[in-house]
Amino acid sequence: MTALLQVRGLQRRFGGNLAVDGIDFHIDQGELLAMIGPNGAGKSTTFNLLNGQLRADGGTAWLGGRDLIGLRPREIWKQGVGRTFQIAETFASLSVVENVQMALLSAAGRVFDLWRAARDFQREQALGLLRDVGMQGQAERPCSVLAYGDVKRLELAIALANRPRLLLMDEPTAGMASAERHELMVLTRRLVAERGMAVLFTEHSMDVVFAHADRVIVLARGRLIATGRPAEIREHPAVQEAYFGTGLSFEKRRGAPQ
Amino acid sequence: MLRPLHATAVLLALIALPSAQAQVPIKIGEINSYKVQPAFLEPYRKGMDLAVEEINAAGGVNGRKVQLLTRDDNGNPGDAVRAAEELISNERVDVLMGGFLSNIGLALADFAKQKKFFYLASEPLTDKIVWGSGNRYTFRLRPSTYMQTAMLVPEAAKLKKKRWAVVYPNYEYGQSAVNTFRQLLKAAQPEVEFVAEQAPPLGKLDAGSVVQALADAKPDAIFNVLFGADLAKFVREGNTRGLFQGREVVSLLTGEPEYLDPLKDEAPNGWIVTGYPWYGLQTPEHKAFLTAYQGRYKDYPRVGSVVGYTAIKALAAGMIRAKGAETEKLVAAFSGLELMTPFGRASFRVQDHQSTMGAFVGKTRNDNGRGIMVDYRYLDGARFQPSDEDVSRLRPQ
Amino acid sequence: MTPSAVLVQLLNGLASASSLFFVAAGLSLIFGVTRIINFAHGSFYMLGLYLAYSLVDRFSAHIGFWPALLLAGPMLGLLGALVEALLLRRVYHAPELLQLLATFALVLVIKDATLWCWGAEDLLGPRAPGLGGAIDLLGRRFPAYDLLLIALGPVLLGLLTLLLRRTRWGTLVRAATQDREMAGALGVNQAWLFTSVFALGTMLAGLGGALQLPREPASLSLDLSSVGDAFVVVVVGGLGSVPGAFLAALLISEVKALCVALGTLHGFGLALPVSKLTLVAEFLVMAVVLVARPWGLMGKAPSSSRHRALEAPLQPSGPGLRASAVVVFLLLASLPWLSAGAPYVTVLAVDLLVAALFAASLHFIMGPAGLHSFGHAAYFGLGAYGAALLVLKAGWPMEAALVAAPLAAALGAMLLGWFAVRLSGVYLAMLTLAFAQIVWGITFQWDGFTGGSNGLTGVWPAAWLADKQVYFLLTLSAAAGGAWGLRRVLFSPFGYAMRAGRDSALRCEAIGINVLRVQWLAFVIAGGVAGIAGGLFAFSKGSISPDVMGVGRSVDALVMVLLGGVQTLSGPLVGAVVFTWLQDTVARSTDYWRALLGGVILLLVLAFPMGMVGFLRDAVWQLRGRPGGGAR
Ligand SMILES: Nc1ncnc2c1ncn2[C@@H]1O[C@H](COP(=O)(O)OP(=O)(O)OP(=O)(O)O)[C@@H](O)[C@H]1O
Ligand SMILES: [Mg+2]
Repeated sequence: MTALLQVRGLQRRFGGNLAVDGIDFHIDQGELLAMIGPNGAGKSTTFNLLNGQLRADGGTAWLGGRDLIGLRPREIWKQGVGRTFQIAETFASLSVVENVQMALLSAAGRVFDLWRAARDFQREQALGLLRDVGMQGQAERPCSVLAYGDVKRLELAIALANRPRLLLMDEPTAGMASAERHELMVLTRRLVAERGMAVLFTEHSMDVVFAHADRVIVLARGRLIATGRPAEIREHPAVQEAYFGTGLSFEKRRGAPQ
Repeated sequence: MLRPLHATAVLLALIALPSAQAQVPIKIGEINSYKVQPAFLEPYRKGMDLAVEEINAAGGVNGRKVQLLTRDDNGNPGDAVRAAEELISNERVDVLMGGFLSNIGLALADFAKQKKFFYLASEPLTDKIVWGSGNRYTFRLRPSTYMQTAMLVPEAAKLKKKRWAVVYPNYEYGQSAVNTFRQLLKAAQPEVEFVAEQAPPLGKLDAGSVVQALADAKPDAIFNVLFGADLAKFVREGNTRGLFQGREVVSLLTGEPEYLDPLKDEAPNGWIVTGYPWYGLQTPEHKAFLTAYQGRYKDYPRVGSVVGYTAIKALAAGMIRAKGAETEKLVAAFSGLELMTPFGRASFRVQDHQSTMGAFVGKTRNDNGRGIMVDYRYLDGARFQPSDEDVSRLRPQ
Repeated sequence: MTPSAVLVQLLNGLASASSLFFVAAGLSLIFGVTRIINFAHGSFYMLGLYLAYSLVDRFSAHIGFWPALLLAGPMLGLLGALVEALLLRRVYHAPELLQLLATFALVLVIKDATLWCWGAEDLLGPRAPGLGGAIDLLGRRFPAYDLLLIALGPVLLGLLTLLLRRTRWGTLVRAATQDREMAGALGVNQAWLFTSVFALGTMLAGLGGALQLPREPASLSLDLSSVGDAFVVVVVGGLGSVPGAFLAALLISEVKALCVALGTLHGFGLALPVSKLTLVAEFLVMAVVLVARPWGLMGKAPSSSRHRALEAPLQPSGPGLRASAVVVFLLLASLPWLSAGAPYVTVLAVDLLVAALFAASLHFIMGPAGLHSFGHAAYFGLGAYGAALLVLKAGWPMEAALVAAPLAAALGAMLLGWFAVRLSGVYLAMLTLAFAQIVWGITFQWDGFTGGSNGLTGVWPAAWLADKQVYFLLTLSAAAGGAWGLRRVLFSPFGYAMRAGRDSALRCEAIGINVLRVQWLAFVIAGGVAGIAGGLFAFSKGSISPDVMGVGRSVDALVMVLLGGVQTLSGPLVGAVVFTWLQDTVARSTDYWRALLGGVILLLVLAFPMGMVGFLRDAVWQLRGRPGGGAR
């Protein structure tokens, strides 16, 4: 079986700083792949390269016969790649359901429709997506008054609107309480199964990673230093060093030999 | 539905401020850029008020008192036209008058033509108002750009200078003054050469650069059309940099107190200018005006004062001749209307509705830190006109 | 031209650059820290010059010329501190740009106050003692005072750099310039910082004015001309960058000096009057710089401000609103009959409707699309000129010309929009201004085609529309139709996309929305509607001149939108009607109508920081208890 996404030699520098230093990895369909690494490791940069927001200095990222590198974000979105941001990006002056409708309108190619009212466009579908992420109760609230965890869930609903094959989630559970985090990841797992998509996510909470990821890749200073199943990564010496080296640790990492 | 209607009626009454019942007084509606050009229009307003007082003290016009209503156009033609509509429909004025900036004068003239309403353009200088855009309903009092330039050309030609530089504000007034000057001077003195031309934006003269560029062209003489703050900057910078040393300067309007007085001790010597030497005029008609003006305002008159005063007097004279203030009768009465001005006799030409009021041409002198005109003569505007054929070619029939 | 001539011209440019830098440095500091677009900065400059005139006149005999002259600086600084503490401080928390409205009102008040204090005549000060003459330089006489100015520019730059780099206060200023929230987090006494920066900036403006005393007369038109130049310098240099402002002042002054020096170029049988480019030279420079460097010469991309005032989602009009809209429309439609005895009412109403439509079109891109346009009059003017030229030059019937007016404007908007949407914030606003000024400059210069500074006359409506009452009905239909159309677009997918693009360009791109294209089309639509207003205006007046696309009209439109409330849909309509009506009424009631108008605007700003309609809406929400309701 060939991988859904195949990344080779991905590279990006900021001035003298190699933020992403020639990394290779792949994601299979139906897989939940976690990307971990200390602050500044290059995780968000990788995401930005994969979604076209940053231009890569080198490398390829093949998604089903098409190299994403060099495409613009909206073209990559057309290829079936959705994403959420480390700091959630939603439309503050739209209501919750309108946020989702906006994505549906874009998916339907109706953005430049100047005349028909947008309000009732695929409302049911939008509410359905909100139901999927557990936000149906807040559909009519202004986005600007939501709690941060809810904004992240809304963002997920937006990202799902065009039925992506691949979902990039940058710290989806940041700012959430522990119970909420697991809930969200369970939800994600269900969506993956239902929709047959793949998810690449970054996460600082090792609890979440080890509980929910199928596979883990580890970045440190722009390099891929380890890859494997959660249990393998947990015991990987290079990973431990990378984390302890920064002073930042596997938080709540119980039972580590030390 | 009664309440909203009632409310509307009250609102309309507030907006409309209906005019006083009977049309007893003759109403003159005057529109000008009082706030944008206060330096020129404050004396102008004083001149108008003085004339109105004099006329009413003498029993009014055709037995009716004269009432002056002024409106500020905020320096833009759109507001001027709205003010004209307001004066006509709300205040029911009998005639329109005013304008200082050329574009506003032209807008009002065109409005007058469209509404078939009498308009006396008092201040605007543009030649177009009586020629290219001239019309049956518009008359103009002040000597035009063409006339004042034409008055200077014989003096310029007498200098027998070959290399000329010109400097003028970059808009229609400056451009048409310079074009007229070039054309007439070339006709009078075919060998002249124009070696430099500077057209700084109005009010934003980069005096250092412009003076330098003019000096570098090494002209024998300079024709200047700058005025106001630009003129003050130009003169000071020119004095410092020696631009005027050994060069003749011919300068439009610079002898008018509005422009000469602010120069104070920078006032140049020996420039040939048009202007208004109120301090030296001995004719009875000017003496009478000067005494009345100084008595009323404890201030000396500017050109604007004379124009404002004369404009009102001209309207009165026209209305007396027309035995009323209806537009058609006034138009007929103004064609060829003779009147007395503080400068002497003048009339409104039949060909193009331009008055023949003239201007004084003389030389400037710095008299103990104060600019004055010397060796001046009054030039009758009637003598500085293009031929009648030219006029009829320029003016739409 | 000899090399020595060029050299001396470059020196002239240096002297102008220093003068410009004094004003621009202050403006840049103020903008950097407070984010206020301070229209009144030029008024402080003008006041500095007037004050210096009086101080030198009265006191130079006692305390000497220089102390008297320089005293104007601190006095202006004090005034600036007062203005900041008593006025601006009250409106920092209002939506963006509202402070601009307050400073606009200040311009009006200061102008009339100056007229009242110093009179209308220009006041030329004395020459500087000891520096009144000229020195010999390359065979020319060069003013000694200009040498002083040339030196003062770099000195000021050095002093400011020291102040910003070497003092704690400077560190705070730099921190606040880069990131306002950060400064707050540093535990700065923000109020004090703002006041001190405003005072320093104003003092520099005042000093800049005072230093011109030996060079030019104090005159009442200095305020607007200097603030325009200063803004251009600040933006070309990069907002908040003092060295950038210096560089920009240098660049612009030297370009102007060279234009003047070149005079008229002859070649290929053509005469190209380069010196006339000085009319819009600074705007040409700005347009080129911004297209090449979107953040100015030395500016940095602003940290995207998440500090936007929150706007509630749109609510479709309920039956109540719809019914009242119909009632208002019917009332207006019957105005010609209701006001039969007072025909001026319809005349004024035409102007009000044109203003309302124009303001609505500006609001369309400023509010929902979040693109601030400072040059919106360009489209109004293109519509007006387009219609007028089609009638006068192409002999089109007036009706057809009126229909074509929005197309002319939309074409202009399409051209500018393509460049403008690549920029953001104040840079975008200033590029729109540059474009408007360039269009204005072309119109102003092109005598043969556009009638030059005099404009075009004889632009009257067709016979069946000549009656003002009928023309009013046409205007009403067009304005109501235009406003309704804009509203309809706002509720369409495209309208949502506009607001989405403003809220988060990142999110838009990540869901496949081409933000630049959305914004580009928004420009074109807004331009087109402004063009309708321009066409209606032209035929209602019978004549037009370049001021229809001048800065004044752009600023008026901004004022209307802000007065009504940028976050409401009917705000611009109300703002336009109130502003135009006020101007008409106040102008007839007193000689000092500008001050009165400014005073009224100040009161409105202080009373209704969300705009008048915003205030009403909030009041209604309070009553109904709907905190999360929608914008109407
Ligand atoms: N736009 C940028 N310009 C310059 N340097 C950048 C930029 N974006 C990221 N970097 C640098 O690239 C490196 C990788 O940053 P990145 O944001 O990808 O890290 P990360 O792994 O997402 O960290 P975190 O866990 O804190 O989110 C860091 O050193 C960062 O400073
Ligand atoms: Mg990150």
